[in-house]
Amino acid sequence: MRRPSAFLLVMLALGLAFLYGPIASVIVYSFNASRLVTVWAGFSTEWYGVLLHNQQIKDAALVSFTIALMAATGALVLGTLAGYALARYPRFRTRWLFGAMLTSPLVMPEVITGLSLLLLFVALERATGWPEGRGILTITLAHITVGLSYVAVVIAARLESFDRSLEEAALDLGARPFKVFCVITLPLIAPALAAGWLLAFTLSIDDLVIASFTTGPAATTLPMVIFSSVRLGVSPQINALATIIIAVVAVLVFAAGRLLAPRNQES
Amino acid sequence: MTAFSRRWAVLAPPYLWLGLFFLVPFLIVLKISLAEQTIGIPPYTPLLVRDASGWHLQAGLANYLFLLGDSLYARAYLNAIKYAAIATSGCLLLGYPMAYAVARAPETWRARLLLLIILPFWTSYLIRVYAWIGLLKGNGIVNNALIALGLIHDPLPLLNNSFSVILGLIYSYLPYMVLPLYAALEKLDPILLEAASDLGARPARAFWRVTLPLSLPGVAAGALLVAIPMVGEFVIPELLGGPGNLMIGKVLWDEFFTNRDWPVASAVAVAMLAFLVLPMAWVRRLVAREAG
Repeated sequence: MRRPSAFLLVMLALGLAFLYGPIASVIVYSFNASRLVTVWAGFSTEWYGVLLHNQQIKDAALVSFTIALMAATGALVLGTLAGYALARYPRFRTRWLFGAMLTSPLVMPEVITGLSLLLLFVALERATGWPEGRGILTITLAHITVGLSYVAVVIAARLESFDRSLEEAALDLGARPFKVFCVITLPLIAPALAAGWLLAFTLSIDDLVIASFTTGPAATTLPMVIFSSVRLGVSPQINALATIIIAVVAVLVFAAGRLLAPRNQES
Repeated sequence: MTAFSRRWAVLAPPYLWLGLFFLVPFLIVLKISLAEQTIGIPPYTPLLVRDASGWHLQAGLANYLFLLGDSLYARAYLNAIKYAAIATSGCLLLGYPMAYAVARAPETWRARLLLLIILPFWTSYLIRVYAWIGLLKGNGIVNNALIALGLIHDPLPLLNNSFSVILGLIYSYLPYMVLPLYAALEKLDPILLEAASDLGARPARAFWRVTLPLSLPGVAAGALLVAIPMVGEFVIPELLGGPGNLMIGKVLWDEFFTNRDWPVASAVAVAMLAFLVLPMAWVRRLVAREAG
């Protein structure tokens, strides 16, 4: 096996420094005593204390978390079905339409998705009375729609790469297809299910644009609060909040890596 | 249950969901882009109007003519395409060597290096863009450091210009570029490069004639994956750009939230989509090939 050349290693190091430098600067300056974020005035955890008493941010975090839990779970159910269809039904009428509707959300600019879903919710409410107003429910529906595409792609890739003889053996032994799916297929794709759920959860909790379009006065998510604060300039409270988010994500990703890695190696 | 009904039991829920929440909304956008703005709820005119003589279709291309008539929209459109093209090239120039280094690293290292590259993607996107404000602004970290080192006397204008927008785009989308490049480069058989070297090709020539052509599918996938969403980007021009750096995604946002002109916002969306629909079809083919 050829080793990477010195040039490639330098580029990799530069690239990683580029990716992590700004994140590190946010973390360092969250412990800055000065209100002027970028002028260092000594170590302090003052802004974490201020943040803990910010009711608006705590409420928004709860709203975001609720939406992300529901959206990731809905996206997992629908996305698993869609990924299964994508991998196992190579030929059916209108597969092109199904494939197009499934893969377009992966690259669709968020402003278009957000605007079109809002217009749908307004039209639906006028025609049927549901969904009544806009808020947590409409954001969740929007996030399920985007998340299910990501889940489907992850599931389909996993289904392509595993050995089908186990499923065939179970069918030969007389198990019904639904039972085969539950007892054989689902456990085998469990790492992909976990990865897909996490991906949908992250997309939902991180989303600003689609949520801004599809919400109403009733619900404000965490990214909306961060955005309206950031628009006015840098703020030490946002640095502290960012540091907490980064810490939580890092712990979760490493925990997920630990949990999923051994199973990945087996198969 | 027959195979046929089983198949549709699997297909129907996601199919109906996507039809209702993905396809129908676009038809509504198209419809409203042909209407006119009014004051009321909803703030647009109906397409079908009934009077004494029956139903009348009331649709027009006025919004599209309006977009064509005001050079602001054309400029924002072209700016978005220009920034996306430059930033995609930047992602490629930085991402390709990174992906190649990971693909050539010892096998035990690869998963860890990839995780390091993807990890920033899992942390909040908004906060990663925000971090650049603190770095680049007039009394920000970069300018303060340069002044402290005595390299400059007055702060450099690093924020609110096309430089900061393009930097933000490259930074935010880099991981999306590295992943498909890595997938393509990892599949490359090292025996091909050995053969090229045995036949007398220098490393640079072997790269241009063997590695690069074989990794082109990864280049195409990465470029599409970052360029399409970049064109519609809103957060980056809003937070890192100045008044001269309008992008079409920000124009759509302002039409909707500031001017409350739903029909013009819809027309902007349709115009953007018309430009992006072909690259999107290409993405579908790439995904279909990956998934079998």
